[in-house]
Amino acid sequence: MNFVVPDFYPAAAEIFVAVMALVIMLSTTFARSIARSLGYFLCQFTLIAAAFITIGTMHGEVSYTFSNMFISDLMGDFLKVMIYFSMAIALLYGRSYLADRNINKPEYYLLAILMTLGMMVMVTSNHMLTMYIGLEMMSLALYALVAFDRDSARSTEAGMKYFVLGALASGLLLYGMSMVYGATGTLEFSGVAQSVYNQAANKPVLLFGLVFLIAGICFKLGVVPFHMWVPDVYQGASTAVTLILATAPKLAAFAMAVRLLIWGLFDIAEQWQTMLMLVAVASIILGNLAAISQPNIKRMLAYSGISHMGFMLLGLLSGVVEGDRHFALNAYSSAMFYAVAYVIMSLASFGMIILLSRAGFEAERIDDFKGLNKRSPWFAAVMMFVMFSMAGVPFFIGFFAKLSVLQAVVAAGYFWIAAVAVVMSVIGAFYYLRVVKVMYFDEPVDTAPIHAPAELRVLLSANGIAIAALGLAPQALMSICAYALLASL
Amino acid sequence: MEFKTFVFYFLSAILVFAALRVITARNPVHAALFLVLAFFNAGGIWLLLHAEFLAITLVMVYVGAVMVLFLFVVMMLDINLERLRQGFWSYLPVGALIGILLVIEMAMVLGGRYFGLDAMPVPPEPMAGFSNTRELGRVLYTDYVYPFELASLVLLVAMVAAVSLTLRKRKNTKYIDPSLQVSVKREGRVELVKMQAEKED
Repeated sequence: MNFVVPDFYPAAAEIFVAVMALVIMLSTTFARSIARSLGYFLCQFTLIAAAFITIGTMHGEVSYTFSNMFISDLMGDFLKVMIYFSMAIALLYGRSYLADRNINKPEYYLLAILMTLGMMVMVTSNHMLTMYIGLEMMSLALYALVAFDRDSARSTEAGMKYFVLGALASGLLLYGMSMVYGATGTLEFSGVAQSVYNQAANKPVLLFGLVFLIAGICFKLGVVPFHMWVPDVYQGASTAVTLILATAPKLAAFAMAVRLLIWGLFDIAEQWQTMLMLVAVASIILGNLAAISQPNIKRMLAYSGISHMGFMLLGLLSGVVEGDRHFALNAYSSAMFYAVAYVIMSLASFGMIILLSRAGFEAERIDDFKGLNKRSPWFAAVMMFVMFSMAGVPFFIGFFAKLSVLQAVVAAGYFWIAAVAVVMSVIGAFYYLRVVKVMYFDEPVDTAPIHAPAELRVLLSANGIAIAALGLAPQALMSICAYALLASL
Repeated sequence: MEFKTFVFYFLSAILVFAALRVITARNPVHAALFLVLAFFNAGGIWLLLHAEFLAITLVMVYVGAVMVLFLFVVMMLDINLERLRQGFWSYLPVGALIGILLVIEMAMVLGGRYFGLDAMPVPPEPMAGFSNTRELGRVLYTDYVYPFELASLVLLVAMVAAVSLTLRKRKNTKYIDPSLQVSVKREGRVELVKMQAEKED
C-alpha cells in the first residue's frame, strides 16, 4: 500500500486553531504576569484569523481529505464562521464578568479555544470516529468550563451533573455508532449512505443503532427527554460560561445531527423523522410550559432553549414526505436558519444578564430586570428586542425563524404539529412578555447605575440592532443558509 | 460444542457476572477489583476474535495503569457509603421498571432473529501470518492520522481541565527556589558585626 500525504489545504483553519491553542498554552505559561490579557487577545486573534482562513480557503465544491475523514463544504464553512463569531462575542461579553469574580484565568481562554477546535472538527467530519473525537473535545472542555468557578458549590455541582450525564450520552452515541458500523461495515458517512441506499445494510441492526444515535444527538441539543441537565447546568455555571454553552455548541450539535442523519442515514429518513417528531413536540410543550413558572431568568432561558431546539428539529423532520424529497432543501435550510437565529438571540439574552451583573451581584432573577427602562432606556429596548424576537413577534429575526420552520412543517403536511407549535408559542409569549412588562411598568428594585466596559455596551447594542435588522431583512441570511446547503448536498 | 464456543461462553458468563458485581458490590474496592476481572475476560474474548494487540493493550493499560490508579483513589478517598445509598429504595421502582423495559426491548432486537449466523455471517478466518498489530500499526499513522492527532489534543484538554480545576497555590508554603539557593553569596548568609571586646567579670 502506498501512503499519500493528505491534502492539508482544506483543513488549514483546523490546523491553525490547533497550533494557536498550543501557542496560547505555552505563552500564557511563560508570561505569567500578562497571562490573562495575553490569553484573551490571542484567543480573539485566533478566532478572527481562523474566520479569514476559512473564508479564504472556501470554494463552492465539496472536497475530502485525510482519507475521507474530513469534508470541506459550504455548509461546514458557514457554520464554522458562525461558531468563531459567536465564540468571539461570548468571550468578549464574559471578560469583565470573569474579572469581577476573580476567575479570569488564562486556562479559561485555552479551554475555550480547544472547545472551538472540537466544534470545528464536528462540523467538518465525514467519519463517525472524528465526529466522536470532536464531540469529546468540545464536551470535555465544556465540563471543565462549567465547573470553572471552582469555589462555588453550585458551579461544581453543575459541572459534575453535566459530566456524568454527558458521559452517559457519549456512551449511548458510541453504542449507536458501533451498531451502524456493524450493519454497514463502514464508519464513513458517505459509505454508510451508500450501503443503506444499496440495501446492503442489515436494517433491524441499523434501526437499533439509530435509536442510540438519536439519543446522543438529543442529549447534546438538550431536548426532551434528554433535557434534565439543561436548567441545572445553565443556572449553576457562571453566566459567562452559560453564554458559551447556550450558543456555539448548538450549532455544532446541529451539524452533528445533519452529518449523521442527513449525510449518513438519509435513506431511512422516515424512521428518524418519526423519532424526532415525538422529541420535538415534547420539547416544545415542556419547554414552554416549564418556563412559565421560573423566577430565575437563567432557568427560564434554559427552558426556552429546550423549546427553541424543539422548533429547530421541526425543520429537520419535515424533509422527506412519503419518499418525496422536494421539500428537503427548504426544510433543512429553515432548520439551519433557526439554529443561527437562536444563537444570535441567545448571545444577546445572556449578554444582558452579564451587563446587569456586577462584582458580588448576579442579575439572574427576573425581578432584577424591574424598571430597567428607568435605569437605561436603551438597554431596556435591547432586552425588549431579544424577548420579542424569542417570542416570535413579527418583524424580529425569531419570527422569521419560526415562520420558516412552520412553513416547512406545513409543506410536509404535518398540520397538527404546526398547530401544537403555534399554540405553544402563544403560551410561551407570556413569559417573554412578562420580562418586558417588569422592565417597563415596574419600579426599579436595584437602582445602582449600570457599570460595564464600553466594548460590552457597544457590541451588545449592535447585537440588539442585528436582531431587529435581520428581522427586517431576513432574506439575505436565509438565502445564505439555503445556498450553503444546496452547494453541500 | 466446539472448544472455541465453550471458551467464548465461559468468558462471557464471567464477564457478565463481574460486570453485575461492579454495580452491586457494597465495597467500592471490591467493585474496582470486579472491574479488573471484567477487563480480563473482555480481553480474552478479543483474543478469540484475533485482536491480540487490543486484548493485551486492554489488560496492560486498563488493568495495569488505570484500574490501579483508580484503586488508589478509592482507597484514599473517604467515601461515606451510607450517604451514597440514600434514596436507593425510593428510586428503585422507577429505575428497575425502566431498566427491565430497556433490557426486554434490547433482547427483542439483539436476539437470534436479527443477529443470528445467517444475518451476521462469521468473518473469514485470517490467513496464516496475519498480524493484528501490524494491521493496526499500518493504518494508525497513515489513514487515521487525523483522528490520531485529534485524540492527542483531547488528552491535552483533559490535562488542562484537570490542572485548572484542581491546582491551588498553597499559602504559607515553605518552598525554596533552588536557583536562588545555589546562587547565594557569603554576604547573604554571614554578617560580621564589629563590637567592643568584652571581658567577663
